[in-house]
Amino acid sequence: MITLNINGKIQQADVTPDTPLLWTLRDVLGMTGTKFGCGMALCGACTVHVDGQPTRSCVTPVAALAGKKITTIEAIGSTPAGKHIQEAWRDLEVVQCGYCQSGQIMSASALLAGNPHPSDEDIDNAMSGNICRCGTYVRIRAAIKQAAQNAQGAASAHSAAGGA
Amino acid sequence: MGFERMVERSLAAGLNRRAFLKAGAAAGGGLLIGIGLPGLMGGAEAAGKDAAEFTPNAFVRIGRDGRVTLVMSQVEMGQGTYTSMPMLIAEELEVPLEQVTLEHAPPDNKLYGNPLFGVQITGGSTSVRAYWVPLRQAGASARSMLIAAAAQHWKVDPAACHAERGEVIHSASARKLKYGALVDAAAKLPLPDKVALKDPKDFKLIGTPAKRLDTPDKLNGKAQFGIDAQLPGMKIATVAACPVFGGKPVKFDEAKARATPGVRQVVALDNAVAVVADHMWAAKQGLAALDIQWDEGPNAKLKTDDIVAQMAQAAEQPAAGALAIAKNEGDVAKATAAAPTKFDAVYQAPFLAHATMEPMNCTVQVTKDGCDIWTGTQVISVAQLVASKITGLPQENVRVHNHLLGGGFGRRLEVDYVMQAVQIAKQVDGPVKVVWTREEDVQHDMYRPYYYDKLSAALNDKGMPVAWSHRIVGSSIIARFIPGAIKPGEPDPDAVEGAAETIYDIPNRHVDYVRHEPPGIPTAFWRGVGPTHNIYVVESFIDELANKAGKDPLEYRRALLGKSPRALAVMNLAAEKAGWGKPMPAGSGRGISVQFAFGSYVSQVAEVAVDKDGSVRVQRVVCVVDCGYTVNPDTVRAQLEGGIIFGITAVLYGQITLENGRVQQSNFHNYRMLRMNEAPLVEVYLLPSAEAPGGIGEPGTSALAPAVLNAIHAATGKRLRKLPVDTAQLAST
Repeated sequence: MITLNINGKIQQADVTPDTPLLWTLRDVLGMTGTKFGCGMALCGACTVHVDGQPTRSCVTPVAALAGKKITTIEAIGSTPAGKHIQEAWRDLEVVQCGYCQSGQIMSASALLAGNPHPSDEDIDNAMSGNICRCGTYVRIRAAIKQAAQNAQGAASAHSAAGGA
Repeated sequence: MGFERMVERSLAAGLNRRAFLKAGAAAGGGLLIGIGLPGLMGGAEAAGKDAAEFTPNAFVRIGRDGRVTLVMSQVEMGQGTYTSMPMLIAEELEVPLEQVTLEHAPPDNKLYGNPLFGVQITGGSTSVRAYWVPLRQAGASARSMLIAAAAQHWKVDPAACHAERGEVIHSASARKLKYGALVDAAAKLPLPDKVALKDPKDFKLIGTPAKRLDTPDKLNGKAQFGIDAQLPGMKIATVAACPVFGGKPVKFDEAKARATPGVRQVVALDNAVAVVADHMWAAKQGLAALDIQWDEGPNAKLKTDDIVAQMAQAAEQPAAGALAIAKNEGDVAKATAAAPTKFDAVYQAPFLAHATMEPMNCTVQVTKDGCDIWTGTQVISVAQLVASKITGLPQENVRVHNHLLGGGFGRRLEVDYVMQAVQIAKQVDGPVKVVWTREEDVQHDMYRPYYYDKLSAALNDKGMPVAWSHRIVGSSIIARFIPGAIKPGEPDPDAVEGAAETIYDIPNRHVDYVRHEPPGIPTAFWRGVGPTHNIYVVESFIDELANKAGKDPLEYRRALLGKSPRALAVMNLAAEKAGWGKPMPAGSGRGISVQFAFGSYVSQVAEVAVDKDGSVRVQRVVCVVDCGYTVNPDTVRAQLEGGIIFGITAVLYGQITLENGRVQQSNFHNYRMLRMNEAPLVEVYLLPSAEAPGGIGEPGTSALAPAVLNAIHAATGKRLRKLPVDTAQLAST
């Protein structure tokens, strides 16, 4: 039995230690928001956060996750960066088929959480591991920039309120 | 039939609105008023069946709580139908889009068949074209019955009432009733004989960039794709088909597979072996442990070069009965003989996989009385039919629960993965979800055919074309997809679409088609179908003629577009927005394309930079579209943006090759996709138009390749006539 900390909840899964987190989430724990795309860390559809770092769950065995905090698409909206990313995705209508977007949102949220002002190059570096077959890259780039702006606005409003 | 031609023929055959309504009535009997409007089986009866709901037709259901449910016959695979189709209904029904709930339609050709095909198909960029009138009628009929119910209640003239935001209003007395309060009375009313559709100037929703209804759940993991189906007691299976098409398993180590933790069962099919397990990891481990030995069959030595050599041969000497004329205008031979300049070229387009991000999958439970299927398909009624045949169950006992599609691009017009899953499920107790690995998905796709095209042109003393010949050699998807659809001597209309008809004014034209089926590799529709191949060829060759004549490719096209004002308009705007003619740095170039396909006019200008090592970077694409009346302009933009990226992937990287009968590509490392760091700037401009709506899912892809290839020529002076781009040919020495 493997113990995992997923979205702040302790969960037990009856899998062998070499089982990738992806299949543990999807097939054992019934959390299907994280997607299977390639099984070789080539497409990013399965991206989750492990202690805040974007991680390809299709090649991450559960044995490597003891004591670590896992965040999935189901809970990313409760993080400040995740919420801004989701809102910008909605505002700019990034999504088409949507299958890769769980992974896109997880990669973008990790980027924004660690870098409040991502440049085009930062976006390229953080997002080029995520394939979108519908070709939403143009809007993803714009949405990350908008989310960064909104996050900055929210942060300054917050500090202004805190200072008053 | 090619989608475009199927549309034309359906319309020509009188499958217009009238026939459409009549067909529905004939098919359904009773009070059906058309496949779009099956209506009440008598008001009272419907009310008795489910008193809490008003179901004026197959597309609209309104509950006593006022909840409006729209049943979607067209599937959502990213192209925005789950917003554009509801917009058509909601506009006439007078309900806010955000207050409606969507439901996937069940398989039912009579109720939900695409009016352009007669079968429940989502494909060929047809949804808006097919449902532009019927879905507005569905909304208008429901609205008219609700108004009648309110007028009856108030004892006023229905003409004195109107509907707005889910309510019926009697302005004179300022009385209002919500739809929910009217459903019981409305359900007892007769269907209106005819309803007036809104004047487009009164549209509130249509033509606005409405927010997509499917987006919220796609941001938080709630959206359910076929692969997300979960059922009590469900097992997961993964499968290996013989890596050589036509081969079969001979021997495998079942005991070793069953010794893998979590593996429950091994299922052998004629051409494949599946491992059924508690989860995908166990299934994959079990499959690897099988160590399957194959009888590779007759294609064991097949390679791409052999297929291409056969096609080149077929181009020169078509097999008996393989040649069909698609167009013969004027006298090509005579015009050519008299012309001072002649020019010819051969173009080639590779096999392509679809690589939808959601790999093929299908969940099935077969019991002695019925079969349930959970999947994402573009052809739900075909899925039902094949499952019925395989299980021997009556069609009505096969229930298909359609899901969102994680990409379609034509791949999910095929039901091979459904058939396979049903065959596996027949041998499994309880529900089983069959999931293909990415490797299986790439190596057992049904591929965009290889095409081999021979062109020749004769130019007059001003360098303008007076004769044009085009021979297309390739497999016929239609002949397989709709057996009997193509009569002897007829060309496959899909294979010649975008080549047989032209926007250019060229007096003598001959276009023909040689059907040539490659051995050992199945072929199928792929985003942009016929035009993706033909527009690439035609728009490249026109550019070559301009080069040959020493003329600017834009000016050259302008001189030939006198009879195509809409094509000329999109091209002129694309050139203007792109800054056509402005100098570019060394190693960079600009290329243009213009097309009429899927009922829409599109022109693109691509800017590329070619590196010393020959690698190509597409830096910017300007795209102008005239797609007639626009339902959701933001979706139109999104489809063109995405179609362009899809096209660039194909131009730069896309090819499936065979060696020893096996597909050599397997996953995204060797079947590359364009990525964020390679994505160009994309600018899309919509030309306003009051013409009938055109399709938009595919034209962005079909216009892209020639724009890029023409830009590469502008940058390097090198003309590429084979896809994908061969960087070795472009490297500076």
